[in-house]
Amino acid sequence: MVYFLQQVVNGLQLGFVYALIALGYTMVYGIVRLINFAHGDVFMVGAFVGFFAIAVLGWGLVPAVVLAMLLCTVLGVSIERIAYRPLRRAPKIAALITAIGVSLFLEYFTSLKFVFGPDYRSFPRPIEVVNFEIGGVLLSNIQIIIIGVSILLLIVLQYIVQRTKLGLAMRAVSFDHDTARLMGVDVDFTISATFALGSMLAGAGGVLYAIAYPQINPFMGILPGLKAFVAAVLGGIGIIPGALLGALIMGQAETLTSGYVSTTLRDAVAFAILIIVLMVRPSGLLGKRGTEKV
Amino acid sequence: MKRLFVFWLLIAGVMATILPACGQLGGSSNLKLGFVGPMTGDVKTFGESTKNGFDLAVSEWQAKGVKIDTVYADDKNDPTESSNAVTKLINQDKVNIIIGSVSSKCTIPDAAIANSSKVVLISPTSTNPKVTVGDDGKVIDYAFRACFIDPFQGTVMAKFAHDNLKAKTAAVLYDNSNDYTKGLAQFFKDSFTKLGGEVSVFESYGKDDTDFSAVLTKVAAANPDFLFIPDYYNKVNLIAKQAREKGVKAIMGGGDGWDSSDLDTTATEGGYFSNHYSPQDTRPEVVEWVKKYKAKYGSEPDALATLAYDATNLAITAAQEAKSNDPTKIKDALAAIKDFKGVSGNLTFDQNHNPVKSAAIIQIKNGKQQFVTTVNP
Amino acid sequence: MKRKDILQVLAITAAVFVVLQALIAFQILNPYYELVIEYICVFIIYALGLNLIYGFTGQFSLGHAAFYGIGAYTAAMLTKFVLPDSWLSFPVALLTAGIAAGVVSFLIGVPILRLGSDYLGIATLGFGIIVKVMFDNADSVIPAMGGARGLAGVPRLTTFAWAFILMAAVVVAVRNLVYSSHGRALLAVREDEIAANTMGINPFRYKMLAFVTGGFLAGIAGGLYAHLYAFVHPSMFDFLKSIDVLMVVVLGGLGSMSGTIIASVGWIILLEGLRSVLPAEILDWRMVIYPVVLILMMLLRPKGLMGDVELSFLKPGRVEPSASAGASPSLGKGGEQSASIEA
Repeated sequence: MVYFLQQVVNGLQLGFVYALIALGYTMVYGIVRLINFAHGDVFMVGAFVGFFAIAVLGWGLVPAVVLAMLLCTVLGVSIERIAYRPLRRAPKIAALITAIGVSLFLEYFTSLKFVFGPDYRSFPRPIEVVNFEIGGVLLSNIQIIIIGVSILLLIVLQYIVQRTKLGLAMRAVSFDHDTARLMGVDVDFTISATFALGSMLAGAGGVLYAIAYPQINPFMGILPGLKAFVAAVLGGIGIIPGALLGALIMGQAETLTSGYVSTTLRDAVAFAILIIVLMVRPSGLLGKRGTEKV
Repeated sequence: MKRLFVFWLLIAGVMATILPACGQLGGSSNLKLGFVGPMTGDVKTFGESTKNGFDLAVSEWQAKGVKIDTVYADDKNDPTESSNAVTKLINQDKVNIIIGSVSSKCTIPDAAIANSSKVVLISPTSTNPKVTVGDDGKVIDYAFRACFIDPFQGTVMAKFAHDNLKAKTAAVLYDNSNDYTKGLAQFFKDSFTKLGGEVSVFESYGKDDTDFSAVLTKVAAANPDFLFIPDYYNKVNLIAKQAREKGVKAIMGGGDGWDSSDLDTTATEGGYFSNHYSPQDTRPEVVEWVKKYKAKYGSEPDALATLAYDATNLAITAAQEAKSNDPTKIKDALAAIKDFKGVSGNLTFDQNHNPVKSAAIIQIKNGKQQFVTTVNP
Repeated sequence: MKRKDILQVLAITAAVFVVLQALIAFQILNPYYELVIEYICVFIIYALGLNLIYGFTGQFSLGHAAFYGIGAYTAAMLTKFVLPDSWLSFPVALLTAGIAAGVVSFLIGVPILRLGSDYLGIATLGFGIIVKVMFDNADSVIPAMGGARGLAGVPRLTTFAWAFILMAAVVVAVRNLVYSSHGRALLAVREDEIAANTMGINPFRYKMLAFVTGGFLAGIAGGLYAHLYAFVHPSMFDFLKSIDVLMVVVLGGLGSMSGTIIASVGWIILLEGLRSVLPAEILDWRMVIYPVVLILMMLLRPKGLMGDVELSFLKPGRVEPSASAGASPSLGKGGEQSASIEA
C-alpha cells in the first residue's frame, strides 16, 4: 500500500509539471487552432533563464521564476508576431510547419557554443531538499512547491479567463475571430496576450521542472512538450481544466506503469491511452461534443 | 515535352552545382585523415571531445613534420547521416583513414562501408562488438577500435561488485534506446548472476527521461546492495540524485560513461566506475596528456578525448610504420601493433581488432575521483 | 495522355536512366553521388506515399516513419534470414515489406481515420512513438532484430537500377491513381467530406485507400532504404523522421506530385550540400540554417513550392480533341480555372 501511494505521489509531481506546459498548449490551440510545437522549447528557455538567474546572478527561487516568466513572455510573443501572425490566413499546415521550424531553430541555435551550448548542465537548487515522511510515504518540499505553484497558477489562469475582460475576449476569439472583431475585440492583441500567458506558464514550468530534475540541455523540451500536448488533448484541447486533468492522468499512467509493469513500456502505455481516448471520446475527457455545421 | 527536359535539367543543374562544391580532388601525397562524429545533435559534446583529441594528435604529428590533411564530417549521431558522411569522405575526399564515429549505431554501418571500400576505420569510443566483428563471426578487416568492448566492462564491474564490494543483490537501470548502456547492463547481469549474485531489479528508461521517481521507488523497495547505472554522466547525475532522495541506500556503480568533470560527485559519493584510465594516474603519459589538453582547451580531458587521441595516434603510427598511405598496408600495420603506449593504457590488438588493455576502477570519495585498483582482462 | 506524349515521356526517362547508370557504372559519378541519388529515389517513393495521404486526401499523418520502419525491418529480416540467395529474393522481400506496412496501416487506420484532422495527427504521432518503442525493445522478443543495437549486415541489394526503376514505376502508379476517378474522390474527401458523402463517395473507404496505399509505398521505400545503408536502427524511424518527410511534402506543395519530387531532391541536396560547403568550424550551423530556410519558405510561400500545380508531363491531356491545346484540367484547390467544355 505504501508503495502504491509513493508511486501516486511520484505521479502527481510529474502530472503537475506536465500541467504547466499543457496549459500553454491548450490555450494557444483554443484560440488559434495551432499546435505550437515551439512551446516545449520556450519551456527550455525558461529553464536556462532560471539557471542563469540562480547560478550566475545568485538570485533566489522566486526572482528566478519571475525573470523566467518575463523573458519567456517576450519570447513567446515575438514568435507569434514574427512567425505565426503572417500565416494566420494561410493554410493551417503552413503555421504548423513553421512552428516545427521555430522549435528546431530554438533547439539548434541555443545549442551553439556562444549561446547556451550543447552541454548538459547541472541545475543548482536554490533550496535544500527536505523530505517529509507521512505514513511511510516520502514527500519532498520540492514536490510540494511544484504542486502548490501549479495549483496557484491554475487558479490565477482560471480567474483571468473567466472573470476578466481579457479572458472574455480570449473566449470570444476562440469561438470566432471575425465575429469577435465585429464586437470590438482587438483580436491581434488578444492572441498575443494568450501567447504571453501560455509562455509565462511555460517559463515558470521550466524553472520548476529544472529544480525537480536538475539538469538542463537545449533539447530538454521535446519529450515533456510532446507528453504535455498529449495530456492537453486527453483532457480536451482548448479546455483549461482539461489540460490539468489530462496531465494528471498522464502522470499517473506513466508512473504506475513504471512501478508495476515495466519502465520500458511507459511511453507506449501513455500514448496507447491517448489513442484509446481519442477513439472513444475524441473531443477529450472534458471536451464538449462539437456539432459540425454543414 | 520541353517541360520534361527542363525538369531534368533543373535537377541535374542543382546537383551539379552543390554537390561538388567542396570535393577536393585526391592526388596529394599527404596522409589524409577523415573525422566523423556527432558535431551537432543531442550528443554534440561527445563529438566535440573526440574532435579535440583528434586535433591535438594531428597537430603534434604535423609539428614533427609529418604531412597530414584532415577533413571533418558531422553525422548528427544518426546512422543514415553517418553512412552518407563516411561515403563522402571515402569517395569525394579520398581519405586514407577514418577516425570515428562515437556511437556504435553510427559506427557499425560506417565500418561496413569503410571495409568494402578498403579504407581503414578506427573508432575511438564505440563499444558494441559488432563494429569489428561481422555477423558471420569473422573480423572486419579494416575496422578497429581504441576502447573496450561492452562485454568486458560489464563483466569487470560485476566482478568488482561481487568480489570486492561483497554485494549479493544488485539493481540495474539502463537506457533502452542506447546500445552502450544496454550492452553493459546485460553483461553485468549475466556475470553477476553467474558469480552467484541476484539481480533483483532490471529496468530500462528512455533516452529523454528525466523523471525516475517511479523506477527508483521500485529499487528502494527492493533494497539491493549495489545499483548499477552504466550510462553517461548526465543521466547518472539525474538518477543518482533522485535515487538518494527516494531512499535508495545501495552503493552505486557504472562504466566509463561516468568519466567527466561534470559528474555530480555529491550524488554519486561512494560510487565506483570502470574507466580506461584515471586522470590521477601517475603514468607520465597521462600527466603529460592532461597538461597538454588543459593548455589547449582549458579543461580536463575526458575519456572520449583521450580515446580519440589514442586512436588518431595509433592510426598515424601505423601509417608511419607501414611507410605508406595505402590503407591496406596501414591496416596490416595496425593489426600488428603490440604494447602501444597510449594514454588510456598499453594497447595490443587482439584477433578481433579490439584492444587488450586493463581497466581502472575509480571511486568517488569526498567529492573527488580516486583510483582504486586495476582489473585485468 | 496521347500515345505520342506517353512515348516521349518514357523515352526521355529511359534516356536519363541509361545516362545516369552509365555514369555510375564507369565511376564518373563516384559511390558518394551514387548513394545520394539512390537515397533520393527511395525518398521520393516514401514522400509520394505521404503526399497521397496528406496532400491529396487531407489526412494529417504524423507517424509515417513507422511504416517506413516496418518495411525496413521486414525486408531486412527476410533477406538476411529467410530468403535464399537468388535475385528474386529482393523483389519478394520488398513486396512483402510493402504488404506488411500496408496491413498495419489498415489495422491502425480502421480506428484512427474516423478522427478529425488535428486529432488524427496526434493519434498517428502516438502510434509512431509506440512503434519506435517497440523497435527499440524488439530484441527481447526476436533477438535477431537487434533492438537498440541495430540490425547490421543487411545485404546491400539496392542498386541504382532498382531504386530508379521502382521510383519511376511508383510515380506512374501514383499519377494514374490521382488522375482517375478514385483520385478525384480523394480530392473530394480532402475538400469537403460531407459534400463528398452527399455525392455518394464513402469518405472512410477512400481515406483507407489513401492511407493503406501510402503505407504500402512507405513499406517498399523502407525495404529499399534498409538495403541501401545495410543497417537498420530504431532511431532511423523516430518522430523527427516523420516530421522530415512531412516537411518535404508540405514544402513541395500539397497535392502536387512534381512538387514532392522536386522538394525531395532539393531537401536531400540541401542537407548534403551544406555538409560539403560549410567549413569545419561552423558545421553546427547546418542545423540552424535548415529550420530558418523552412520558416522563410513558409512565410514567403505557404502553399509550398509548387502549390497545387503539376508539371504538365504528369497531367493527362484533354479528352476532347479541341482547339485549346494545353489547357489541361488542373487539380488545384477550387481556384479560378475549371475545365471548360468547348462547344
